[in-house]
Amino acid sequence: MIEFRLESRSGIAPYLQIVQQVKHALRLGMLRTGDQLPTVKEVVGSIAINPNTVLKAYRELEHEGLVEGRPGVGTFVLKGLDGPPPQAHAALRRSLLRWIRTAIDAGLDYDSVEALFDSTFRESAEEEIA
Amino acid sequence: MNALEASGLSKRYGKHWALENCAFELPSGSIAGLVGPNGAGKTTLLHIAVGLLEPTRGSLRILGERPGAAQVLPRVGFVAQDTPLYKGFKVSEMISFGAHMNVGFDMEFARSRIARLEIPPDQKAGSLSGGQRAQVGLALALAKRPEILLLDEPLASLDPLARREFLQTLMEGVADTGVTVVLSSHLLTDLERVCDHMMVLARGRFRLIGDTADIIKTHKVLIGPKERVGSISGVSNVLHQSTTDRQATLLVRTDGPIIDPSWMVNQVSLEDVVLAYLDSRSTSADAVPDLHAVEEVAR
Repeated sequence: MIEFRLESRSGIAPYLQIVQQVKHALRLGMLRTGDQLPTVKEVVGSIAINPNTVLKAYRELEHEGLVEGRPGVGTFVLKGLDGPPPQAHAALRRSLLRWIRTAIDAGLDYDSVEALFDSTFRESAEEEIA
Repeated sequence: MNALEASGLSKRYGKHWALENCAFELPSGSIAGLVGPNGAGKTTLLHIAVGLLEPTRGSLRILGERPGAAQVLPRVGFVAQDTPLYKGFKVSEMISFGAHMNVGFDMEFARSRIARLEIPPDQKAGSLSGGQRAQVGLALALAKRPEILLLDEPLASLDPLARREFLQTLMEGVADTGVTVVLSSHLLTDLERVCDHMMVLARGRFRLIGDTADIIKTHKVLIGPKERVGSISGVSNVLHQSTTDRQATLLVRTDGPIIDPSWMVNQVSLEDVVLAYLDSRSTSADAVPDLHAVEEVAR
């Protein structure tokens, strides 16, 4: 069983934080196939958030085929998440570095690069989910 | 169905209008935060909803009925500000009293809730701490198994730990029964966690009503050169503007992405948005966006 925590100041929607925490736990093997997620009541009883937020997160995970809700029983992990192979990280890092250099060459300083990345990243994450 | 529905709702005390021409709908199953400064009309609105006050003009329906009607009272839970309890009553006596006064009162629920909070049943209400009193009031209100629960400033006198515990209990109650909740408060960070609807009231009028996630998503802070203020693509409304000789900082409501690179786009907290709507100097504080229906939740 895992526990959730909520960062109020992160700017990331609460349900998305739960989705991310479940995926993180799946990737690291803290959640495995057949494991039960905390019930909605358990989650709201521990972190005092709206039950609909938890339901929305679980529905999203279900939609992605990662978990399955069994009415009256609970929500269970259908499959684990394999992280990408380590070399994928290295390749992505190289292309990100190239992009940062392009941005600096275009006249942006590091802070505006960060701001641009941040806002684009957030928009893309929101679109992905919506 | 709407849990609350008001049109033209107005309440006057002497010459002072506490509520003026308020119209809104709150879908069943919502958890709504009623926000506003002291004297904004929050308590007046809640008192009208439970039938303690008559509106001067207009109407409010609660669960489709007239407030205070005999058939609706058993379906409504209300905890007044500062959770007034009979001081000489023991906790156990309040539970039996609740059971006598309310058809369908769930005594078992009230008892187990009080036990879980480790409040001794033979303790007198007068000697409970603020946090315990709030928890007992909430347990009694939830035990009534209402369809809608109205809480007037339940968090105001509680310390941060007691606030968190109170909200945990409340959210468990919602998860159990799907009860609609309206809680008035000025503690925005607490509301942000739990409320899927925001109703912002100031000087007797609603300034902003809507789905919390939509509100956060459609408001941004833009920072950029002063001379580019004017029509910015993606901005539907400028709520607040501060300028220096060259720079402008705008709190805006958006209707699309802001792609003009001269503007730095920042996320905004619910608190900042609400404060902008409460601020009387805000340029368009009367723009009240529509309520969006919350998704029906299968329970």
